[in-house]
Amino acid sequence: MSASTHTISLLIENQSGSLSRVAGLFSSRGYNISSLTVAETDDPSVARMTIVTSGDDDILEQIVKQLNKLIDVIKVIDFIEDLIIERELLLIRIDSTKSSRHEIIELANLFKAGIASVSPTSVTLEFMGTKQQVDDLITMLKPHGIKETVRSGAVAVAKARK
Amino acid sequence: MKTGNREEYAEEVLKKTGAQIVVDALVQEGVDVVFGYPGGVVIPIFDVLYDTKELTFVLTRHEQGAAHAADGYARATGRVGVCIATSGPGAVNIMTGVATAYLDSIPMVAITGQVASPLLGTDAFQEADVVGISRPITKHNFLVKNVNDLPVVLKQAFHIARTGRPGPVLVDVPIDVARGIVDKYEYPSSVSIRSYKPTVNGHPKQIEKVAELIAKSERPLIYAGGGCIASGCHEELRKLAETTNIPVTVTFMGLGCFPAEHPLFIGMPGMHGAKCANYTLQNCDLIVSVGARFDDRVTGFVEKFAPNASIIHIDIDPASVSKIMKVDIPVVGDAKNILTALNKKIKPRPADAWNEKVMGWKGAKLFTYQPSDTEIKPQSVIETLYDITKGDAVVCTEVGQHQMWTAQYYKFKKPRSLVSSGGLGTMGFGLPAAMGAALTNPGVPVFDIAGDGSIQMNIQELATISINKIPVKVVILNNSYLGMVRQWQQLFYNKRYSATCLRHSIKCPECKGPQECEKKYIPDFVALSESYGIPAFRTDKPSEVTEILRKGIEIDGPCVMEFIVSAEENVFPMVPAGKPIDEILEES
Repeated sequence: MSASTHTISLLIENQSGSLSRVAGLFSSRGYNISSLTVAETDDPSVARMTIVTSGDDDILEQIVKQLNKLIDVIKVIDFIEDLIIERELLLIRIDSTKSSRHEIIELANLFKAGIASVSPTSVTLEFMGTKQQVDDLITMLKPHGIKETVRSGAVAVAKARK
Repeated sequence: MKTGNREEYAEEVLKKTGAQIVVDALVQEGVDVVFGYPGGVVIPIFDVLYDTKELTFVLTRHEQGAAHAADGYARATGRVGVCIATSGPGAVNIMTGVATAYLDSIPMVAITGQVASPLLGTDAFQEADVVGISRPITKHNFLVKNVNDLPVVLKQAFHIARTGRPGPVLVDVPIDVARGIVDKYEYPSSVSIRSYKPTVNGHPKQIEKVAELIAKSERPLIYAGGGCIASGCHEELRKLAETTNIPVTVTFMGLGCFPAEHPLFIGMPGMHGAKCANYTLQNCDLIVSVGARFDDRVTGFVEKFAPNASIIHIDIDPASVSKIMKVDIPVVGDAKNILTALNKKIKPRPADAWNEKVMGWKGAKLFTYQPSDTEIKPQSVIETLYDITKGDAVVCTEVGQHQMWTAQYYKFKKPRSLVSSGGLGTMGFGLPAAMGAALTNPGVPVFDIAGDGSIQMNIQELATISINKIPVKVVILNNSYLGMVRQWQQLFYNKRYSATCLRHSIKCPECKGPQECEKKYIPDFVALSESYGIPAFRTDKPSEVTEILRKGIEIDGPCVMEFIVSAEENVFPMVPAGKPIDEILEES
């Protein structure tokens, strides 16, 4: 069985300590976390976590079960790859000179990325897309010299049933 | 005017401090014995305990002892054990006990004091991040920051500890919360936690499938574990086994859930299990696992474990299912409910050639050793103890060789008659646990079978036992070694007994073995026990074993019996760690 990337979404009691229970579970049992995002939901007593993890089917099954076992966890949704809408936010600052700025802006337009800020020596872009699109944009920008990259980690929601 | 006074009085009655609420919650939950140790920030709670008549508080001599005693109380009764410790060092000292309870799924509520909440995170005197430290070794834990939350938190703590797969729950109470006041206190009568709803009834379709697979199988085996004790399904288990004539192997944690004298009993499986149990596991075509978790001490090399078997896994914890072994039919729920439902579906199965084969492996005795007239064989002490008590005793153990010999040679016939740290393997567990078990008045004698190494890890509890006249009978099998590790060194490390001889000193010349050693054994357990005011006996003569055990049982109150046993006795059979369970080492 090969390791695959997986997105898990969970609803958890919005209390101090909840995040460390989840993070502690992953570290103590040796599971990977590629990214983890957490924020309050429309119900302020509940927080939503989106965790991107990897492992083979057996490990993923255990991760879901162990998460469910945490007393504070209300619900675990194990997303199936092609049935989700997944987005990640990227803020990226790139070196730029007068001559290269145009090229960067062109790339930004191509990706439908926004220009968050411009200075005489740099351009900061903002971009939202799938993990793959974020990766692609970073690859394209690399030759210009990346000063700083900030990725939010993925958030995901299930597609509406037709 | 008068009416007003009455209302004021009524309001006054409902007013309670956090400390009063903690103690009232214990009383409301039916706790009759609490173990603990005071300290600065728990003084408010102890101040309330001072006047409380509804429960007995037992002052141990170490917080670790309090945690193990609460655990022993829980194991002997199935009720929630409770211990109290102060912040910082007190709380950290109970952690070994909390982890021990966690690994064996024992219901426990640990209450720890904490520095005042405004001081949290300031490295205050005796401050430790106790919820942080205990997070991976508790089923759940709480830090109570508002006294108004305390009643609900305590109710939830007991509920979580005793339901589902039981486990320890820790409640950390800052001193300002203990001193804080709730205006209209009422202990909640019910509890509902939206994120915690354990499944207790097995799915009927799954149970149907289980019955079908059992009917189809040719070489079935029941593999019963600690979950059978937790759910109290020993009668249902027996009915299942007797109706279907399926042989039963019982894990260390399950011992007592199926009578060891029963013809279908084939012993404990695994590293120091019966050969019969291991051969049956390796040759069966179906394992009916009830409340067991395929621990590595049972499976040995997992890839070669029970290679021909389909697996039915009955367990209350879904995370146990398919964690180690791929399971064919999982049934999640309480074992008692599931077996009750299953017993209505199963068809009788006559004993057949498979039974005959298994009984052939079983032979006349599940375990044997070389007897001796000149030195006491440790196994013989356990056998004699069984012969005298006939299984009517609560037998607690420490951890090591003596623990395995107890599992092998004491024929447990009732659930909750073995109290031992299986999962964590905590040396020093037995003495305080026996104390907790004895305080439940089980109506039978309570023993702590100990090695001379383990007993010293919590020996301070002899004071608690003596002062409170708690009738614990301590049996020390003294081989002057940390025997289990020494055994591994003998078998796998070329007899290099590094740090396992308890006579060894930093000034020892080259060691010529225990026979040549002229050093005195320290301590003198008899003198030590007597200094605690506990009668004690010692012998190294096989002929005196029975007499001393009888004398110890007859004494009204605690006693210590020390048996100087053959020093280099090993626990056999043995499957070396990581080997398939049918590659068995035996006494040569």
